[in-house]
Amino acid sequence: MHPLVWIAAAVLTTLACGAIARAGDGDSGSPWRIALTRLRDNHAAFAALCVIVALLIVAALAPWLAPYSPIAQPDIVRLKNLPPSLAHPFGTDFASRDVFSRALYGARVSLSVALLAIVVSASVGTAYGAIAGYVGGRIDTLMMRLIDAGLSVPRILLLIAVLALWAPVPLPVLVLLLGLTGWFGVSRVVRAQVLSLRERDMVVAARALGASDREILWRHILPNVLSPVIVSITLGIANVLIVEAGLSYLGVGVRPPSASWGNMILDGADEIASLWWISTFPGLAIVVTVMAFNLLGDGLRDALDPRQVDG
Amino acid sequence: MARLLLRRAIHGALIIWLVATATFFLLHLAPGDPIAASLDSPLTPPVVRTHYRHEYGLDQPLSVQYGRWLVMMAHGDFGFSFPHRRPVSSVIASALPNTLLLMGVALLLSFVAGIALGLIQARHRGRPLDWGLGLGSLFFYSMPDFWLALMLLFLFAFVWHVFPVTGMFDPVMYPYYGFWQRVGDRLWHLVLPACTLALLSAAAIARFQRAALLDVAGEDFVLTARAKGVSERGVWLHHVLRNALLPVITLFGLALPVLLGGSVFVEKVFSWPGMGLLTVEAIGTRDYPLLCAAVVIASVLVIGGSFVADALYAVVDPRVRLE
Repeated sequence: MHPLVWIAAAVLTTLACGAIARAGDGDSGSPWRIALTRLRDNHAAFAALCVIVALLIVAALAPWLAPYSPIAQPDIVRLKNLPPSLAHPFGTDFASRDVFSRALYGARVSLSVALLAIVVSASVGTAYGAIAGYVGGRIDTLMMRLIDAGLSVPRILLLIAVLALWAPVPLPVLVLLLGLTGWFGVSRVVRAQVLSLRERDMVVAARALGASDREILWRHILPNVLSPVIVSITLGIANVLIVEAGLSYLGVGVRPPSASWGNMILDGADEIASLWWISTFPGLAIVVTVMAFNLLGDGLRDALDPRQVDG
Repeated sequence: MARLLLRRAIHGALIIWLVATATFFLLHLAPGDPIAASLDSPLTPPVVRTHYRHEYGLDQPLSVQYGRWLVMMAHGDFGFSFPHRRPVSSVIASALPNTLLLMGVALLLSFVAGIALGLIQARHRGRPLDWGLGLGSLFFYSMPDFWLALMLLFLFAFVWHVFPVTGMFDPVMYPYYGFWQRVGDRLWHLVLPACTLALLSAAAIARFQRAALLDVAGEDFVLTARAKGVSERGVWLHHVLRNALLPVITLFGLALPVLLGGSVFVEKVFSWPGMGLLTVEAIGTRDYPLLCAAVVIASVLVIGGSFVADALYAVVDPRVRLE
């Protein structure tokens, strides 16, 4: 299929987002609704949200949108290293593969790795932070010391060492490793929130009414922790995307022939002087995606902050 | 204050012990031989394997090996690098200064640029300049370091021929240069890698600095200064900036792991002969002791950096000393 279809999909998604935004109305209503309204009024964050939705749709529809196969090597003599043209909008690489098609499939791999990894990070981080904050005392101190230790190891170096020692690592394990090295920030945020919630009147009241610890955690504390977690998940996705790209660029992340944006940059890195298109386009894809998640994260932080009374 | 620093030092030592323990288990749980991948080859005669396993104490119980590992770490001995045919510590000793030079320059550049950008943004809060600079720094903040390095390399070295392509000095002419020419040549080679690293962290620092400045700008003493008739420039430089610089010290500790991670990629792209390049090469040669040493040393640098940041904070902010 032609790249025009992809552009059409993006435009359609953006229009759909706009329609949803106009449907919501009000400075009153539930806190979530107020947050949504605020997010809508933040143009940068809302545009970022549209970009993300469009990217997700493109990633999902990659097999139907890509004009060529991402791994087929039609003619490695005559079709290799072609500069961008109408037939190959992003050019072709050293193995005559279409860079545009690979970028579409790469979106699939890179986005799904990032999203799955963040699910791992967010669950582990929330559970760890909630327990530390709720139990408190010595155990809390010990748990936080472990976080300090985790944060003082540069993540990328640790991942390089682990991935090189266990090479080759299958994709699910890569996701798990990315997730298990990225939850420290989330757990700190959750712990701080739980510590302050623990002494609130509503929790004291619930305890006075005979609620168990589990009930208090699930029904009173965790729902209130949700908004900072949502913010750190959004910013965390941006971070994981960059980390995965870096690992794939070093050849220890997503392995060829699967296309990820990071290993596509690796494909063109040695020939950057003459074949600039091979590395440039996947890199731009990363920048656009990461920037969208960062903008959305910033917007969500402002939108979900209950201290800001008027949006 | 001495007590505070002592407590921090003990925490730091504990964390280093945890990291050393973790790398020990990393090495021993991973498949293959922990000393060198070359020993895994079926072509290696069993006699050689047993010889090396005995020489490195791998035939002893794990607890004994763990004890030896800790003693080795404490002495700065990280084992033997087979691909380099030298002890890991000597390989690293020749590369570490290059990385520290690169990081030091990048750190300085990024703090100067980041603070200046944050100040400009805060002064023009809400206006197009603030908005534009904010979007610009977010753009750089969202870039993978290696891609930025590649793009700068492509534009400045290959398209415009402004800066040299790779390395730390000119491979041909360097021996014939005089002293000042050598210094100049080295600085010339330092520009692109240092700027790549600096751009990325300057973007983060600017975002942070802007928020810190705006926090302070709302304080009563700023209003008082304005009421006294202090010029706008004086208000921002002497009243707002001076008070908003404190939190930036914390950033110094946080910037280190980011810069260390970034230096891996930047050194690879620009063939800068530092720790990062060594680490990347160690992946290919499966030099496990070197990889683990890189993790431990980087952590020690980070812990040391945050210790310095804490100490600086205590010196600058009297409230911390009183705690």
